[in-house]
Amino acid sequence: MTRRADLAAAEALGLTAEEYAKICEIQGGEPTYVELAIYSLMWSEHCSYKHSRPVLGRFPTSGPRILQGPGENAGVIDVGDGWAVAMKVESHNHPSAVEPFQGAATGVGGIVRDIFTMGARPCVSLDSLRFGELSEPRQRFLLDGVVGGIAHYGNCLGIPTVGGEIYFEPSYEGNCLVNAMSAGLIRADDIVRAVAAGVGNHVVLIGSKTGRDGIGGASVLASQEFDETLEEKRPSVQVGDPFTEKKLIEACLELLNDHHVVSMQDLGAAGLTSSSSEMASKGFVGLDIHADRVPLREADMEPWEIMISESQERMLAIVEPAKLETVQGICERWDLDCTVIGEVTDTKMLRIHWHGEVVGDIPARRLADESPVIRTPSVKPDYLVDEPVAVDDASYPPPKDLGAALAELLAAPNIASKRWAWEQYDYIVQANTVQIPGSDAAVLRIKGTGRGIAFANDCNGRHCYLDPYRGAKAAVAEAARNLSCAGALPVAVTDCLNFGNPEKGEIYWQFEQAVEGIAEACEALDTPVVSGNVSFYNESFGQAIYPTPMIGMLGIYDDVDIHLDGAFKDEGDVIVLLGPPAGFVDGSEYQKVHYGRVEGRVPDVDLALEVRLQAAVREAVARRLLKSAHDCAEGGLAVALAESAIASGAPGGAQWTDPAAAKPERSGRWLGADVTIGAVERPDLALFGEAPSRVVVTCAPGDLEAVHALAGDLPFAVLGVVTGESLRCTMGDEELLALPVSELHGVYESLPDRLA
Amino acid sequence: MSSASPQPVRFGVVVFPGSNCDADAHHAISTFPGATVDYLWHKDTDLKGVQAVVLPGGFSYGDYLRCGAIARFSPIMQAVKDFAADGGLVMGICNGFQTLTEAGLLPGALIRNTGLKFVCRYVNLRVENAETPFTRACDEGDVLRIVVKHNEGNYTVDPETLAAMKANGQVVLRYCDADGVPGDAANPNGAVEHIAGICNETRNVFGMMPHPENSVEAALAGGADGRRLFQSIIDTLTVAEVAS
Amino acid sequence: MKVRVTITPKQGILDPQGVTVERALPALGFQGVTDVRIGKHIELRYDPPGGVSAEQARTDVDDMCRRLLANPIIEDYTFELDEG
Repeated sequence: MTRRADLAAAEALGLTAEEYAKICEIQGGEPTYVELAIYSLMWSEHCSYKHSRPVLGRFPTSGPRILQGPGENAGVIDVGDGWAVAMKVESHNHPSAVEPFQGAATGVGGIVRDIFTMGARPCVSLDSLRFGELSEPRQRFLLDGVVGGIAHYGNCLGIPTVGGEIYFEPSYEGNCLVNAMSAGLIRADDIVRAVAAGVGNHVVLIGSKTGRDGIGGASVLASQEFDETLEEKRPSVQVGDPFTEKKLIEACLELLNDHHVVSMQDLGAAGLTSSSSEMASKGFVGLDIHADRVPLREADMEPWEIMISESQERMLAIVEPAKLETVQGICERWDLDCTVIGEVTDTKMLRIHWHGEVVGDIPARRLADESPVIRTPSVKPDYLVDEPVAVDDASYPPPKDLGAALAELLAAPNIASKRWAWEQYDYIVQANTVQIPGSDAAVLRIKGTGRGIAFANDCNGRHCYLDPYRGAKAAVAEAARNLSCAGALPVAVTDCLNFGNPEKGEIYWQFEQAVEGIAEACEALDTPVVSGNVSFYNESFGQAIYPTPMIGMLGIYDDVDIHLDGAFKDEGDVIVLLGPPAGFVDGSEYQKVHYGRVEGRVPDVDLALEVRLQAAVREAVARRLLKSAHDCAEGGLAVALAESAIASGAPGGAQWTDPAAAKPERSGRWLGADVTIGAVERPDLALFGEAPSRVVVTCAPGDLEAVHALAGDLPFAVLGVVTGESLRCTMGDEELLALPVSELHGVYESLPDRLA
Repeated sequence: MSSASPQPVRFGVVVFPGSNCDADAHHAISTFPGATVDYLWHKDTDLKGVQAVVLPGGFSYGDYLRCGAIARFSPIMQAVKDFAADGGLVMGICNGFQTLTEAGLLPGALIRNTGLKFVCRYVNLRVENAETPFTRACDEGDVLRIVVKHNEGNYTVDPETLAAMKANGQVVLRYCDADGVPGDAANPNGAVEHIAGICNETRNVFGMMPHPENSVEAALAGGADGRRLFQSIIDTLTVAEVAS
Repeated sequence: MKVRVTITPKQGILDPQGVTVERALPALGFQGVTDVRIGKHIELRYDPPGGVSAEQARTDVDDMCRRLLANPIIEDYTFELDEG
């Protein structure tokens, strides 16, 4: 006799009375425990997107290059010559806060499975991380664990981790962010969608055995705020096995690319439950799952545990009976378990069998499609202001020593070199890396073609906190700008929207505003959103994180040889600032580091200007008129110049063999710069203030005219020349700062000192 | 290159479960007109008549227990041992180097980096012995710029063996600065005497931690210095063939 | 006193090393190997200034295990104390 679950059981699983009533209506009576467990997971925020779905429809998601938009495991973009890129980003915030090493490792594992499930070979990973301030020992522990976990898993898989970003703000103290992005290459004709089809076909489970990993893990963890009960949730931590995943990649790509399987789906959040119900729902078919046939790691597991287990490194495949032997042979060759656990039916029901008894029988489509939709009435938060900060001497006294202020900014963890992290990642495996980490964008070639792809991750959470609409819009613009500086054409976006508790009106308002900002920028820049992830409930003890809509962007090259980095190249090259000269203190790193404040009204991106600026930069790169191009972001103009000077020691994207060395390798000397800014009342803001749509470029003197012509009526200021071994800034006859590049390099590479 | 256009040299790249630079080694070798390359599956016992065997980098068997500890018991490894005993050229890169030490084909062992972290970094390598089949396209004292990427690359060996190795020219590559001077600052893993690559007494088995297969194309970030090691193998076997 | 700490993956937590070694041993001809769990063995001396009672030492070593030597989220530990 199968037990029936009442309202009390439903509420214990986090369902509301209305949701329970709906379940009873769909099921035609009280659900079984297995059914209730399945509904509770599939209708959780994590799986159903119940708060975000009504808003996400705002995104542009299609375009001539877009082969697959949102709704599949990953979005797919045509990149030319019959090649396509599948890409997606996903959060693993809460698991990483509980156990940083394994949380981050399994985050990488999950997103990589999303990519090869489509038939694409994963070719790149990027990771966007947020922590509290490094002065806190717990934050250093989290950073160390997360970076170590990403390295452990990604390096073992042989997927280059080529970029990402790391920021530190107090708002992430109780709730770090780990956003793992991956992309893979696939022939455009070979894309496989996770749709069950063919009544009578086998349902096959491939990979690791099933244990009690993450029971209620991702789904429950991701749907609740952190509080004192955190400790009790620990036993559900999942351990990643990158070795098994590596074998899975090879076996599954063989199965998919040689058409041995009808379709495939990875087991992510809610495990077998979500993968089987989604495949059935999309295929308008039913699936019979025999839970008792699932190979177990632990004896005595209940059917509901088996259905929701989040054991890692497992895939579900639909296989024609005639091909089963071939599929089993390939799995055997890779020492992978491969077990028939069910079959495709015409019932349109997800039916769970347990030793001959039906313990669950759910209409697959209604489970997947009729999850509740919740739209919280949004409320504009009180802390927002409508005017920029008035920078009077009383509240923002200018620093006496601008050189010291620059050094202070370069040493700030948000700006300082993240070499400590990315040297732990294998960024070169697969032999495609053209531009290594540490510059605006990561660049890879596509073997056998002259083509290339580039990736950038961006989001300034502080800006999004001060104005989620402007901040999110700026994140899209900056990601595109980073790609344009490298000479790549931005073509598509994957996003990871990290917010607090969406049941609160203020948080919901931030979410709506950010989505609007992203949508407008993506429309203007012609970069549709092809995939993504929403992570709510990023709060601890009622304190929400800064809204952090992380943008992952793909850029493409017809000819990857034109790619450019931000390093100064030759003595005598002319330095030009493209874009508006004025910088603002509002929300800037300068404001945070030097004044210890976060306030004001961040400047808005002029999207029309942004589009023209980026087109001009790309055109100049394509015509090989530029020697370097570098986005002017955190820390403003002075930091951008310093970074280009520091990078000069490592021409062509190379790097120092000894990071502690005071002198760069091979080039023999640093390249500094002599620049002059126009007369202003607050030179510190001209140097350190921030504004969108600004790029620092260099060119040979003979090309200056051509560059100027390309810029048209864009703001265009010749700042000075690449010269000497110091960075020197003047305003008229007044020397504002002059520092040897070797010294700037020393402070820029000082992050490890803060981790000791 | 000989004007008589000799037969291309046949390379084999072993694939263990968890190898992840097997495709890179295959690709690197395929950029040489004087070479052909095949994969060799770890469960096989036949080397398919190849003239040189590459044990690639990666994480064979997940590097579980110890790096290379399980891979060395693969069926293919007995064939590799027999091949080496007959004087065949065997090159182990990174995890392949670790496997060769576990299998007893090379002396010493590779332990955890002194920095206790995985390190992916360009290093400079000084060619200490150019009289090996793996370095003959270089001159002694040449500096090669090649990437390392490992967690267990810290070469260690007992002092007596080390002394014998040095006397016998078995220390082939050392970590050094841009001017070719070995030293702690240039050593990414704490290896004894900055050793990056060694060969066996008969100089036909060679292991190195850096990844020459990721440095064969100037258009990529890795540069092309790694070509000279593969070229050395090709030259050695081409000359041998022409001579025979 | 001498302290010997044994750390193993928690029951129910996946042990990828154990699984891989368990698959490898039969290939060498050892049949019937199951339940391989791979952990760590740590030895140390604990002689705090002024001495320490056995009971206090147990408390302290337990604390060491919980806070550093083991990761209680995924690992179990046991330890032995040896006077001398």
